[in-house]
Amino acid sequence: MDRSIAIRADGVSKRFAVHTRKATSLKERLVARRHADERPFYALTDVTLAIEAGHTVGLIGANGSGKSTLLKVLAGILRPTTGTVDARGRIASLLELGAGFNGELSGRENVYLNASLLGLTRRETDRLFDSIVDFAELGESIDNPVKHYSSGMYVRLGFAVAVHVDPDILLVDEVLAVGDEAFARKCLGQISQFQTEGRTILFVSHALDLVETICDRGVVLDHGSVIYDGDPAYATGTLRGLLGTDRNPADDAGTPGLTIGGITVAGEAGEPARDEFVGGDPMAVRIVLDVREDVVGSCHELAAVVMGAGGLPVWVMRVTPDGGLPRLPGRWTVDFVTECPPVHGGFRIAVRVADAAGTTIGAAQGGQTFWVRTGKQGGLVDVPFQVKAEGVEW
Amino acid sequence: MALTEIAEDRARTQTRVRWELLRNLIRKDLKVKYQGSALGFLWSLANPLLLLVVYTFVFQLVLRSGIPAFGFYLLSGLLVWNAFAGAVGAATGAVVGNAGLVKKVRFPLVVLPLTPVGFTAVHFLLQLLVLVVVMLATGYTHLLSPHLLLAVPALGVAMLFTVALCFLVSALNVRYRDTQHIVEIALMAGFWINPIVYSVALVREHLHGGWLYDLYYLNPMAGVVTAMQSALYGQNPTLPGGQGALADPGYLFYLERLGIGGLISGALLLLGMRVYARLSADFAEEL
Ligand SMILES: Nc1ncnc2c1ncn2[C@@H]1O[C@H](COP(=O)(O)OP(=O)(O)O)[C@@H](O)[C@H]1O
Ligand SMILES: [Mg+2]
Repeated sequence: MDRSIAIRADGVSKRFAVHTRKATSLKERLVARRHADERPFYALTDVTLAIEAGHTVGLIGANGSGKSTLLKVLAGILRPTTGTVDARGRIASLLELGAGFNGELSGRENVYLNASLLGLTRRETDRLFDSIVDFAELGESIDNPVKHYSSGMYVRLGFAVAVHVDPDILLVDEVLAVGDEAFARKCLGQISQFQTEGRTILFVSHALDLVETICDRGVVLDHGSVIYDGDPAYATGTLRGLLGTDRNPADDAGTPGLTIGGITVAGEAGEPARDEFVGGDPMAVRIVLDVREDVVGSCHELAAVVMGAGGLPVWVMRVTPDGGLPRLPGRWTVDFVTECPPVHGGFRIAVRVADAAGTTIGAAQGGQTFWVRTGKQGGLVDVPFQVKAEGVEW
Repeated sequence: MALTEIAEDRARTQTRVRWELLRNLIRKDLKVKYQGSALGFLWSLANPLLLLVVYTFVFQLVLRSGIPAFGFYLLSGLLVWNAFAGAVGAATGAVVGNAGLVKKVRFPLVVLPLTPVGFTAVHFLLQLLVLVVVMLATGYTHLLSPHLLLAVPALGVAMLFTVALCFLVSALNVRYRDTQHIVEIALMAGFWINPIVYSVALVREHLHGGWLYDLYYLNPMAGVVTAMQSALYGQNPTLPGGQGALADPGYLFYLERLGIGGLISGALLLLGMRVYARLSADFAEEL
């Protein structure tokens, strides 16, 4: 294995036997074998993924797309049906906070038990104990039975033990969603500390904004296959497209006589849609809309808003009847022809039609996400800069 | 450090971590069991005491088995049987009962069936201690003979056989939940098949001491129980039927039976570990 790869999955598939009725008794098994009422179900199909040491990768996908299954396979909890998994270094997996805690025992006893499950010796745990209690903010409560803990205390303690295991590779499954905001901040603080320490993190989250900000790579799973692997902003864009969350039904509600039928981004007007651009490429945005006679008079402005991550408007293109917007009812095709600006990220287009008073009479969002790659710094725009740095002795 | 040293060091650490984990899990079970109970461990004496009262009444007074100091005779075989049955019974649910853990955390799964073994071993040793103290305190000195040493190989074989079955049943129960019912019935039958509440002389008599009797002893627990009776009960009174209550007055008979039992248990242990290793790869999926 390449030295720089911390964890790798090679052609990993995972098949689950789905029993129509859960056949776990001997008789049912025998019957099941004969009647073959097991239909195989692939939760993962041919997943290949190599994560370099020190990287933070966001794993996203719809519910049931196989994220947890992939984490379990990487963690060695599930055995892949085909393919191999290789890891370099100690893996800690946070699939569920506080898994293995016993309610009857005190926090202290649970810390020792959990730490030894995760592979720490008693001596190591002794050394880390105070730090764990500090991190979990439990104070005196550490000697109370865990069954009396609030859910916040419970997850903090679970997280505290897991991160003190000193993992080289951390696999995190949606655990940030369980606590309150303070807890989430704390976890994120820990994750960013891990990042600066050069540890490898693979984490599953439904908070796509978070994936965009903290990950250097995004992987999208769909029905058990990796459908995108790369820039996190593209990844979240892909998933939004997949989930249809980039098409807000409320926006589609407009005047009955006005239907915005299609929004296409292409290299040249009239060409098929294109998803990838480099700054400076020719670009044409085509909007097709049907306008009935009774609303033609009110159509005063059509605007195409190009939006980046989180709905941020990046640039806007407008046209009025004076600028060439048709004045007759029927099907209109409006092309905005431009040159792709030197930006970086995944973008979508929203279209708005307004009357003379500026009131919206029709709006729609395009289902297509297109990506622009420009620059090397990784921000939305690449700004030239000079560096001046000096060290001060202290 | 050379690479091999690092590897050895890591292997040593790993082994230590596993033993510590096992110890911690056993301690957890003990703590959970006795937490908040004022009498604590004393309760674990309640079960053998109750059996003592009931069986003494039935076998001594009603059926007139004719075994003197019947209570001591009974407990000599009963304690080790109870430990065996308790461990195997608990091991059946050891993996299934920890589903949450198995599905969410990666840890050495071998500790699961071993935890109930350790748990019952602790109880057994304490019960044994109490029995010996009571025997001596009541002036029962038959156990103070070289026969007492038979307890060492007997408990060794018992341990081997227990661990072997624990691996087997804990793994099989994940896939075939019938296992727990089969185990329950088998343990019940085992209690009566083994010469615990009666003398093995009855078995010998009925089987005419021939090859059927040898076959009977292929069950390792028969060797264990009778050896423990020779070690602790220690006397060989003549029963109304004219036979001695013990299986044999000497040592060699027991060592031979224990040797066979040990071989069978060893083979079963290899099988159990293989089955466990094979099936444990899919525990997380099947639970
Ligand atoms: N042990 C199992 N047996 C059968 N099916 C399973 C098992 N675990 C997960 N699945 C199925 O695999 C699919 C992927 O599940 P999962 O990895 O939990 O998805 P995600 O975490 O992305 O929501 C789901 O359809 C789920 O029902
Ligand atoms: Mg999941």
